[in-house]
Amino acid sequence: MIETHELSKKFGSNVVLDKVSFSVPESQRLVIIGRSGTGKSVLLKHLIGLMEPDSGEVKVDGEKITGLEERELLRVRSKFGMLFQSAALFDSLSVAENVGFVLQREGKLSAAEQKEKISEALEMVELAGTEEKKPSELSGGMRKRVGLARAIIYRPEIIVYDEPTTGLDPIVSDSIDKLILRVNEQLKATTIVVTHDMRTVKTVAQRVMMLKKGHIYVDTTPDELFSSQDPVVHQFVNGIADAKNIEFEP
Amino acid sequence: MVNRAGLESWVSGLGRLTLLLMEIGKSLFTQKFNWDGFMQQMHFIGVKSQSVVLITGAFTGMVLCAQTYFQFHKVHMDSATLAVVSVSMCSELGPVLTALMVAGRVGAAMAAELGTMKVTEQIDALRTLATHPVDYLVVPRLLATLVAMPLLTIEAVAIGIGSGYVLGVGLLGMDAAYSWAFVVKYTDVNEIYTGIIKATIFGLCIALIGCYKGLNCEGGAEGVGKSTTEAVVYSSITVLMSNFFLTLLLNRIFP
Repeated sequence: MIETHELSKKFGSNVVLDKVSFSVPESQRLVIIGRSGTGKSVLLKHLIGLMEPDSGEVKVDGEKITGLEERELLRVRSKFGMLFQSAALFDSLSVAENVGFVLQREGKLSAAEQKEKISEALEMVELAGTEEKKPSELSGGMRKRVGLARAIIYRPEIIVYDEPTTGLDPIVSDSIDKLILRVNEQLKATTIVVTHDMRTVKTVAQRVMMLKKGHIYVDTTPDELFSSQDPVVHQFVNGIADAKNIEFEP
Repeated sequence: MVNRAGLESWVSGLGRLTLLLMEIGKSLFTQKFNWDGFMQQMHFIGVKSQSVVLITGAFTGMVLCAQTYFQFHKVHMDSATLAVVSVSMCSELGPVLTALMVAGRVGAAMAAELGTMKVTEQIDALRTLATHPVDYLVVPRLLATLVAMPLLTIEAVAIGIGSGYVLGVGLLGMDAAYSWAFVVKYTDVNEIYTGIIKATIFGLCIALIGCYKGLNCEGGAEGVGKSTTEAVVYSSITVLMSNFFLTLLLNRIFP
């Protein structure tokens, strides 16, 4: 269970989060949407303790993580798996070394057991046989899958996805969405996805939260979101640009 | 004139650098050591820096020998030339020039690599994988630099004196036996200690500044470039300035 209470964050004079409060029960699939710059990724980074709020707090399984020291946060973060927008694979390591990074650091399993776990994780994301490749040899979709394999290999309780389908073609995007669903079903992990992609909302979400100007504008189910008559929601869901705000270069 | 914002930024930077140093200390005594990372860095910093350090040492030794000889020859002190080369290389030129070369090669690489990891979210990825960046990235680099710097300095000094000897005796006609006898007579063991202590402290400065600049890199490619440049400039200046104070201090300790 993750809870935020009146979470606020600003960069300079720009208020990115303004007293945001919500909670995510165990195993729920929450999708956070909103226009660029509305604070979605910033919110996600607060949930995992990568950013410190100006005020307010975040609780993970009842434990307040706001204000914890970095080394204490490492313990809390072992409950989380995160897929970054850019996948954030370690360039200098192979796919197998990336995926098995946590296992190697922990050193609890033998080399053979680690190898087996890595193969299992790669099979789960349908990338078996890519162990020896370097991240630079992979396509965007493959990199995201490797990033996901790295995030799920230690079976985290909570998995957060930062724009998992951005920059991918529709077919790869769909496969990533289905993968998110499959991982959620198999690991029973709480899933939080930040995205602009309405197809991801349709496929993945049990609950949708829309951010606008640092506030939660809508917190609803996907069905209600897609049938909403609210002009802001309707405009975003259908991707309609406001004609009077479009500027053309002469 | 230094403006207020610049001064505040400098002081807060110094504070963050101290916090990084404290975190390194904490990591060294409480965390499992990353041997693989240390060995990789030893190879990169120690083994791969040898060619540049040896070339620097050799040509510095030869030019110092030639210049000293040209002056000493006028007063018929040819055989004292190599002793000057030896003392200068051991306590000053060896550690300083090695440090400058390592700052250019290794300090820049550390800032660029860690900076790129920072702007591509790889540092954040490390943190989400319950790994402290200081444990995994900074400590192996710092320790490898601390071990490699004295060894590289000894190599540079040895090749510098050796090159000076070859030039002086082989080309300039200095007497081999007297030259060597003066080297042994005037090169005190304290000169060697001084050089090794300086090299170790310079290594600490280079690795600390390189890692600090990388971890605090902001922005994209431009930010990485800025951090890399600053790492080289600041560590070079730190080496040159601290060399002055270390010379005064070590002269007191090893009179």
